[in-house]
Amino acid sequence: MLSRTADNLYWLARYMERADFLARILQATRRLATLPKAYGGAETEWESALLSSGAAPAFHAAGLPVDEANVTDFLAFSPDNPSSIRNCIELARANARAVRTALTVEMWEAINGAYLELKAFGQRGGRSSEDLTRFLDVVKQVSAAYDGGAHRTMLRNDAYWFSRVGLYIERADNTARLLDVKYHVLLPDSEAVGGSLDYFQWTAILRAVSAHTAYHWVYRDSLKPWLVADLLILRPEMPRSLIACYESVVQNLDRLGKSHGRHGPAQRHGRAVLGQLENATIESVFHKGLHEFIQTFIADNHRLGALVSEQYLF
Amino acid sequence: MLSKAAQFDEMGGVDGVTRLPYEKLSKWLSSVEPEFLASRRAQAELLFRRIGITFAVYGSQEATERLIPFDILPRIIARAEWAQLEKGLVQRVKALNLFLGDLYGPGEILRAGVVPSELVYRNPAFRPEMAGRRVPHDIFVHIAGIDIIRTDDDGFYVLEDNARTPSGVSYMLENREVLMRLLPDLFALHRVAPIENYPDQLLATLRSAAPRSAGADPVSVLLTPGQYNSAFYEHSFLADKLGVELVEGRDLFVKDDVVFMRTTEGPRRVDVIYRRIDDDFLDPLAFRPDSALGVAGLMGAYHAGNVTLANAVGTGVADDKAIYTYMPEVIRFYLGEEPLLKNVPTWRCREPEALAYVLEHLDELVVKEVNGSGGYGMLVGPHATRAQIADFAVKLAANPTNFIAQPTLALSTCPVSVERGVAPRHVDLRPFVLYGPNGASVVPGGLTRVAMTENSLVVNSSQGGGTKDTWIIDDAPARA
Repeated sequence: MLSRTADNLYWLARYMERADFLARILQATRRLATLPKAYGGAETEWESALLSSGAAPAFHAAGLPVDEANVTDFLAFSPDNPSSIRNCIELARANARAVRTALTVEMWEAINGAYLELKAFGQRGGRSSEDLTRFLDVVKQVSAAYDGGAHRTMLRNDAYWFSRVGLYIERADNTARLLDVKYHVLLPDSEAVGGSLDYFQWTAILRAVSAHTAYHWVYRDSLKPWLVADLLILRPEMPRSLIACYESVVQNLDRLGKSHGRHGPAQRHGRAVLGQLENATIESVFHKGLHEFIQTFIADNHRLGALVSEQYLF
Repeated sequence: MLSKAAQFDEMGGVDGVTRLPYEKLSKWLSSVEPEFLASRRAQAELLFRRIGITFAVYGSQEATERLIPFDILPRIIARAEWAQLEKGLVQRVKALNLFLGDLYGPGEILRAGVVPSELVYRNPAFRPEMAGRRVPHDIFVHIAGIDIIRTDDDGFYVLEDNARTPSGVSYMLENREVLMRLLPDLFALHRVAPIENYPDQLLATLRSAAPRSAGADPVSVLLTPGQYNSAFYEHSFLADKLGVELVEGRDLFVKDDVVFMRTTEGPRRVDVIYRRIDDDFLDPLAFRPDSALGVAGLMGAYHAGNVTLANAVGTGVADDKAIYTYMPEVIRFYLGEEPLLKNVPTWRCREPEALAYVLEHLDELVVKEVNGSGGYGMLVGPHATRAQIADFAVKLAANPTNFIAQPTLALSTCPVSVERGVAPRHVDLRPFVLYGPNGASVVPGGLTRVAMTENSLVVNSSQGGGTKDTWIIDDAPARA
């Protein structure tokens, strides 16, 4: 397939996934911010949201005070934030338009629907809290419809594999960033430090990745911060865990390698990262230092993106 | 016959008696509630918006993507009427191809004095780069869109030939799909010639036009200027239906006079380029050096006979509005036949007597730039203000060679579903002709364009015109 098409599909998948993640972060933060200060419901939550989404430097450059209204607007609607939901959807649609031929009708309709919804929301002007709730739900639905459309209707060829590689690299990055911002509440000694007050922080993390119920099914235990970390890093049955993302990345890269007749640096690097995750235990992760572990992962994941570009996208 | 007196409606004729092809539609219309039509109109709009069928309008900032209005009532032509039209279209495209081969070859028609040389050689669309060059299979125009208007029962006129990169065929195809979803009952009353095989025929035409140096399985691509082009939707739609890559200039490169595309598996040879970008932008080395849309070295590969461009370079000289006036003579010259389709009588403003007449009668004529398209820069005399006419007269007198004038034709009308029921609106027709080494084919029907505003004669989509599904129906009435 055309290299440009592959590039577009790869980024299209990343933007759709990022829009979904931003919606989740906003929802989780809104919930957390309503708690009394003693329970962790501080203004710092909005700072955390900025950090998780990687938008903190751009936000602070604009010089706005960190509060709910400003951060929500910046993450959801700001044209000045390159990674706002609005820009993600607009970029996704621009990419989709350029590769209409590689998308199925279902996928296009999902993206175009998101775009129309965004326009309609922009035109209504006033943004009540209720409007925002609805909007964030729509973003998640659209992302699910796109993902499901791809899964159910796309031919299993390189177009599909490239878009899946993009999706999982982005998802791994999002989970890793979420963990990195909250790593301090996940350290084993934090239970002693913060007592049960951090409980709400842990649930917020789980909610952001739709894993609140999953946690209980996997561990059959009350919330323990190290288990939250275990779930999101090392549990293959948890679809947003780093290891699950990398199993999928490797699987799709392998198919690409097979159809192109050779494996390259991208396949080898992907396997190496997966290998590290497979061999790790949550104890070894904490021993190395959660923060350092995640920082290394984020860099490795970024490097994989670069290798894919080099190898296939010219 | 071209007078404004008798307004011909394709359903009601001139006397209000329903014409045969429209009998069932007319009966059906009187049986449905106005609310039904309104709800179907709303559904159609929703469908088009969701599929994302849009058209970019240049110079309109707030709406870079706009929907082309779609009318839900079909335009109906009987098979016998169509058969005549079809023959005339094939004849015309055959002549256009011979004409172009001659203009860039021996130039017999010029030496015979049938067409003035300066109209060809001083024409901005004439490509000196092509002089003396043969093109694969000697075919210049693979895809033609011939604009047709109707004035009465058997009066079909050619308004314009489009031999460069005629657009609109995606709307023809989508209109049919949408209408089949919206009005299945109306379809059930008729036997409508299918058009869905057009993409297959187009692909077959492109493949058959591949250069002889191509392998047994030639690779075709569709070359687009990119997603900001007004017709991008159509480009992506067609590439999809054809199953060929939709490429931009930057996806292609030329090495040793062979064209390649950049793929994830490395370079791949390209044999046929269905190009939807203008000559000027094809190759920055040969034409506009500032073009970022084209492919450097493409003309070298073309001249080496390693790639087919559809349509060929330089076809614009044949669809020029000044050359148009000579088409009847062109057909006689190459085919020795009488033209089956009439030309609209036209004053060539380059001729002094004609210019004098046109300047006298600006208020009743339509004056067009010979190289214009899309309805830009034209004057519709009867609808223009005094000031507009005066301004235009200055423009015209300053550069008469640049203009032609035609009477304001009594374009036929068709029933259109509007806010308040059903009303007649003016229409034209763009049938699409495919022409390859194995012969010609015409997709039954084509794109009907509608002037959505009452009494308006301007059907161009860039000027707010709409479209309709076009049915060629069997003459023998189907059992209801």
